[in-house]
Amino acid sequence: MAVRTQFEGNNEIGVFSNLTNAYCLVGIGGSENFYSLFESELADQIPVVHASIAGCRIVGNLSVGNRHGLLIRRVEERLSALGNVIVCNDYVALVHPDLDRETEDILADTLKVEVFRHTLADNLLVGSYSCLSNQGGLVHPKTTSQDLDELSSLLQVPLVAGTVNRGSDVLGAGLVVNDWCAFAGLDTTSTELNVIESIFKLRD
Amino acid sequence: MEGDVAFVAADPTLSRILCCECGTPIEPNPTSMCVACLRTHVDITDGIPKQAVLYFCKSCERYLQPPDSWVKCALETRELLALCLKKLKGLSQVRLVDAAFVWTEPHSRRIKVKLTIQKEVMNGTILQQVFIVEFVVNTQMCGDCHRAEAKDFWKAQVQLRMKGQNKKTFYYLEQLILKHKMHEQTVNIKPVHEGLDFMFANEAQARKFVSFVESVVPCRTQTSKKLISHDVRNNTYNYKFTLSVELVPVCKDTVVCLPRRLAHQMGGIGQLCVVFRVANVVCLIDPSTGQVAEVSGGQYWRQPFGAVGGPRQLTEFVVMDCEVQRGGERRTFAGQGALSTRHQVADVWVVRSSQLGQEDAAIHTRSHLGHLLKPGDLVLGLDLKNSNVNNDHLEAMSEEKLPDVLLVKKVFADPAARHRRRRWKLKHLRDDAETGSQDRDYAEFLEDLEEDPSVRGNVNIYRDATKVAVDLDDEGGYEGPQVTLQEMLEDLQLGEDATGGEGADMME
Repeated sequence: MAVRTQFEGNNEIGVFSNLTNAYCLVGIGGSENFYSLFESELADQIPVVHASIAGCRIVGNLSVGNRHGLLIRRVEERLSALGNVIVCNDYVALVHPDLDRETEDILADTLKVEVFRHTLADNLLVGSYSCLSNQGGLVHPKTTSQDLDELSSLLQVPLVAGTVNRGSDVLGAGLVVNDWCAFAGLDTTSTELNVIESIFKLRD
Repeated sequence: MEGDVAFVAADPTLSRILCCECGTPIEPNPTSMCVACLRTHVDITDGIPKQAVLYFCKSCERYLQPPDSWVKCALETRELLALCLKKLKGLSQVRLVDAAFVWTEPHSRRIKVKLTIQKEVMNGTILQQVFIVEFVVNTQMCGDCHRAEAKDFWKAQVQLRMKGQNKKTFYYLEQLILKHKMHEQTVNIKPVHEGLDFMFANEAQARKFVSFVESVVPCRTQTSKKLISHDVRNNTYNYKFTLSVELVPVCKDTVVCLPRRLAHQMGGIGQLCVVFRVANVVCLIDPSTGQVAEVSGGQYWRQPFGAVGGPRQLTEFVVMDCEVQRGGERRTFAGQGALSTRHQVADVWVVRSSQLGQEDAAIHTRSHLGHLLKPGDLVLGLDLKNSNVNNDHLEAMSEEKLPDVLLVKKVFADPAARHRRRRWKLKHLRDDAETGSQDRDYAEFLEDLEEDPSVRGNVNIYRDATKVAVDLDDEGGYEGPQVTLQEMLEDLQLGEDATGGEGADMME
């Protein structure tokens, strides 16, 4: 099930929310529309929580998590927007090649994931340019087919290159996904939703 | 090929993604859209007109180049393409990659130009598109043809007139006009009886021309205007202006008789004088004393004096003897005007060429040509005793004061021989100006140029390439005045240089 939504007129909903298989964080907005949508879709299975990190509502950018835990920004880490530099599911994580060794250790311990340092189509911000669940993953549209094969064997999930929000390649910002549900920006076309539903196996 | 759109710089190694609009697999590009979908969103030819109008003057076959110039260009030339592209306003917003003509029937009055343009659309994608712009050729008469058609060439005309028999001053003025390029603004130059008409497009140009003429030759001017049309509503009047310029009718080598008052005003110069130069003033010399005087145009028209004998009336004499007066022998008086330092007064005994050999034929006279004459020389003079002159001032003079003969100029050589030896030429306002009766005046004008370097300085003299081949062997026998090669200008010659080779050789 993939749903289109918007956060206060902004299509980059991945910035304002963090969806995992065990919980969902939603940034505190001026209205409850955004929260309500998540709640109506998810409240039966997982808790949906209003949250802010360091007083900011960009919880999606600043945190990364899975069903084992949640990691928020570390003061010593240079790359503090974890949502932009890490993408993970419940078993594996792709991280920015320059991430601190210590952060990597914490990541592996807390989220119980295997960590791979990688780039996507020459972009270092793997969290921004990809989206991953236990079922599959969507990566930057310019990723070569060779890279796609390599990554999917590494992550042990099927991957496809795609876009959200009518051709935007910033997948991490335009899309949040868990094993049974996905939320995409309101501009996402039906073709893009089709790709998302098929790769994340969201069709009922 | 209209509407052919392509992305620039796609990389074949990339994996394919689905077009976000229609789901077609495509190479990834910054918009993530297929070409067809992108075209529905943006049109890079937007703002460039697909049709435009060119204006063409049928009679002179020129195209209008806005705002108001007309250029001649053939079909399918660079010039025409430049003209077409200038017509398209939106082209500055895009990058023009290519432009070419698509062939159309010449008489279809359509010109088609195929353009290839590039423009950046959405997040750095550069789109290239080929399309055709059609130009409709409309006819519009250009201003020049319109004026020609309406026979409305000029707004102001200058009527340049010279009365009198000899037109040497006129030839001199023509050369001055040419040298100072005053004729360039004329719309038309028309020869009429006793002069020339110069037509100008506006009054200011005509006035400028007239003030030039006034500054170089003695003359008088009259202005008149004729109302062509007027508009009472906005108080505009359309006039045609006529400026009449009359040159002083005496020319060089004319014998004149001054009115007594004028002669008195001129420092007591003798009444019988010879005009030895006409520049911006008439320069007179009294042959008996060598006294000179200058009469400006204004002075002349206040107290006009006519010719006693022009260059046509002169007869040829042979100099028998010449005695130059020394300075002490000169009679001077208080209030006398300037005496010429370039001339020498001499007592000369001459015999008419026709009476050479007869006894008692020698005539005594005083002449200002003492510096030139020696026994045996030929000289032109006015035979005052045997001529029948109608001149009021002359008749008022007492008989005793009149000399028998007034010598005017020395004859250097046979005019035909001088013409043969002449290796220079002048330019003319009109190529077809010469007529038979004026030929002699013109030849005399050329001789005057050779004899007087100060006049020559005001004239552009060109080397006559056709006469260079004349052999220089007989040069030694000739003693007359000549124009040196340094004074001559090289005429503009296209195609060939002086050596007969290609013109480009001169560039080295």
